[in-house]
Amino acid sequence: MKLFEYEAKKIFAKYGIPIPKGEIATTPAEAREVAAKLNVPVMVKAQILVAGRGKAGGILFADTPKEAELAAEKLLGVEIKGVRVPSVLVEERITAKNELYFGITVDRALRCYVAVASSEGGMEIEEVATRMPEKVVKVFINPIYGFQPYHARQVAGRIGYAGKQMLSLASTFFKVYKLATDYDVELAEMNPLIEKTNQEFAAADTRLIIDDNAFYRHREFENRVTEEETKLTPQEREAQKRGLAYVKLDGNIGIVGNGAGLVMATLDTIQLYGGNPANFLDVGGGASAEKMSASLKIVLSDTRVNAVFINVLGGITRCDEIAKGVLEVRKQVGFAKPIVIRLVGTNEEEGRHILTEAGIHVLSSMEEAAEKVVEMAKAGGSNGYGYIR
Amino acid sequence: MDMGIFVDKQTRAIVQAITGEQGSFHTRLMLDYGTKIVAGVTPGKGGTKVHDVPVYDTVKEAAEKHNANASIIFVPAPFAAEAAFEAMEANLKTIVMITEHIPIKDAIRVMAKAKQLGTIVIGPNTPGIIVPGECKLGIMPAHVFERGIVGIASRSGTLTYEIAAGITVADLGQSTCIGLGGDPIIGLSFVETLKQFGKNDQTKAVALIGEIGGNLEELAAAFIATEGYEKPVVAYVAGRTAPPGKRMGHAGAIVMGRTGTARSKIEAFSKAGVQVAEMPSEVAKILSQRLMKEKYI
Repeated sequence: MKLFEYEAKKIFAKYGIPIPKGEIATTPAEAREVAAKLNVPVMVKAQILVAGRGKAGGILFADTPKEAELAAEKLLGVEIKGVRVPSVLVEERITAKNELYFGITVDRALRCYVAVASSEGGMEIEEVATRMPEKVVKVFINPIYGFQPYHARQVAGRIGYAGKQMLSLASTFFKVYKLATDYDVELAEMNPLIEKTNQEFAAADTRLIIDDNAFYRHREFENRVTEEETKLTPQEREAQKRGLAYVKLDGNIGIVGNGAGLVMATLDTIQLYGGNPANFLDVGGGASAEKMSASLKIVLSDTRVNAVFINVLGGITRCDEIAKGVLEVRKQVGFAKPIVIRLVGTNEEEGRHILTEAGIHVLSSMEEAAEKVVEMAKAGGSNGYGYIR
Repeated sequence: MDMGIFVDKQTRAIVQAITGEQGSFHTRLMLDYGTKIVAGVTPGKGGTKVHDVPVYDTVKEAAEKHNANASIIFVPAPFAAEAAFEAMEANLKTIVMITEHIPIKDAIRVMAKAKQLGTIVIGPNTPGIIVPGECKLGIMPAHVFERGIVGIASRSGTLTYEIAAGITVADLGQSTCIGLGGDPIIGLSFVETLKQFGKNDQTKAVALIGEIGGNLEELAAAFIATEGYEKPVVAYVAGRTAPPGKRMGHAGAIVMGRTGTARSKIEAFSKAGVQVAEMPSEVAKILSQRLMKEKYI
């Protein structure tokens, strides 16, 4: 789960990390009030979760409260990179002597957290890593020692600071690590971390991504409705409600399968045959007839879909349950679109029997079935090859 | 000669959360396969039995009384790390973590301890491991596997069964099939598994089944190229069509920024001389051709 900048900053501030003074505003009038209260030149920053916000015009400067109001008016409600701006952060503008980077993230291959720092902040760290790899300092954190203050001091030294400034930076890095472990983050980042003209530091922009699997430890975010969630399609919302893994894609072939890897491979195979999948949907392991029918209904309700591919290899999932689920959907809503079914594995005979009795043809090769459904979708989902209607 | 890697006929396993729905169901199937499930653990249910397997309150008790050396964990995610620690402290040397959705922070701690102790952790979010005809410590459907010569390492479940079934039909069979797990932090990598398959005489070729997210495939490709890996390796990578930033079912299957794309993995494999199958069914075909050339079949 990604947090908005203003939410992340509240948490950084809680840990004593210096951040610019500022407040959130949801109307231009509020933005003017905040700017008046701050009584300094400000930045007005769109609160959206997409990267590259600055370049896309999501950050505006304002020297007076009136200008802040106009800036907020420009940003609020418009779409930046396809996302509507729900609020803006009005914040004191700090003159930067230097822009730095510091973040804590996860190194999957080494199975540990890693601290990443650079004297070149303000752009994406991946870009720095490509253009100036020598400017990126990485410290892999041994889970047994953790990230100790002496590690933090080493990092501050390696990006070019000494004396009092080194100590002050190290203290900030250490706090970010503390925060990162307390909040189960996948990423905690200050970019840029600004060195001010008075030699002090401030986290001008911060990002926090929390591990979804650790959500149960952070109930304070439970009722948080993000832009992403309010923008869910009806299919995505229904899938979320039923605990199904669903991802909307651009094409017109609806997909239902069991197992994340198999469904990904199904999408890839469809594309190899020249088709375009409309979604990723994994019914999960050991799916019941009821779960299968719910999944199929979600895919059929997508108006872009003009043919459906069900690809099931039964392991703990039983083919007869899948077959029953399919028939249930036909009984309840009928099939407005042609459907190709590939069904093999546990209780395959029973599953096939149930479907063929009902006049539904079943295939056993994934590739053959993929090819068939691509042809159908190309025919506009017309009757041409309709196995079942 | 060892038939496979990590587990064999002598493996004596306990089931953690044996009285749960999944634990009990798969205990039955593992027993049917011939796996030595010697005890189970569910705190508070000590003294009862599941499919005639005695249940204990603690891993220590179960392991000591039955001389166990492995564990399979079905414990729910919030308690799964604790379960793994309990197994490690009881000196169990092979641990299969079926549980999915374990927090990253917990998984990191488990893997650090395992490394220190030399414990093999398979998973989390894995279907487990099977050495056909010897031992099944997992939830995979046994019927798609047959004793044979291909070592399989995979990051997914059902897709593995799909490819394994193809390898069985092609009459090659498997020496060992191991699910590394679909989570971002997992105990075994492709590289570590390749090393084990390299040393195992029964294994004549290796199939690697990867997917988007992380860089374990790239590291495997680099290992194969630099070490001059001798056995033929064939790879499949799922997720060519996955959009960036979206989690494709598995917690670990996500393209972040520029890392973890299928393209990067496929290119790395190709550069290392590893043939990459375009479709799942091609894995068995390519393996057959390679093994015929090497005169194994």
